[in-house]
Amino acid sequence: MELLYFAWVREAVGVGQERVDPPEAVYNVADLICWLAEQSPGHAAAFADPTKLRAAIDQRFVPLDTPLGNAKEVALFPPVTGG
Amino acid sequence: MIRVSIDPAPIELAMELAALEERGAGGVASFTGVVRGDGGVTALELEHYPGMTEDALCTLAETAMDRWSLLGVTILHRVGRMSVGERIVFIGTAAPHRREALEACAYLIDRLKTDAPFWKREWRGEAASWVEARASDEAAAERWHG
Repeated sequence: MELLYFAWVREAVGVGQERVDPPEAVYNVADLICWLAEQSPGHAAAFADPTKLRAAIDQRFVPLDTPLGNAKEVALFPPVTGG
Repeated sequence: MIRVSIDPAPIELAMELAALEERGAGGVASFTGVVRGDGGVTALELEHYPGMTEDALCTLAETAMDRWSLLGVTILHRVGRMSVGERIVFIGTAAPHRREALEACAYLIDRLKTDAPFWKREWRGEAASWVEARASDEAAAERWHG
């Protein structure tokens, strides 16, 4: 699946976009965040605290307990601050 | 009629308001967000989620059109870097009567704050910091549910 990162999540990871192939045990968005935290020191900094993160699956906001299913694009970011 | 735009270019207020008046409405309401110079802020930088942002704003506009008797909705949001005093966001609504226009305008800016994927970064000279979401914005958006 394609991952997109925004704001300080993007800065901590060091890239705005990457393709990953998580193991089958990664069932929902929260699992994905835990798995990503183990991928590099930058990922660890970005994904250490899931309470600071929000997500979208295929461009729709979802709670972190949402199953990934056949998601093509998953975005991870801080709470939005537009307007 | 719905007009949604996400653009680094400045927002031309007079032109946008005139376009809403041309919808033949009895009332036009608008909200303009301007970069504040609080706490030594010199500039603001806006990042967004291309693709999703446009959809989120169109969905908000369509929801407002359904909920109130509107003749027009305009939602413009700037992205990129802007200085203190510059416009960040413009919401305009056109309706036969003032109440629909005013209520829909308040609804749109409250919901935009929580429902559209934008992120703000404040610059103070050379130092930058990401703006944290506020619980009061969450509460303001929540008030429109139901």
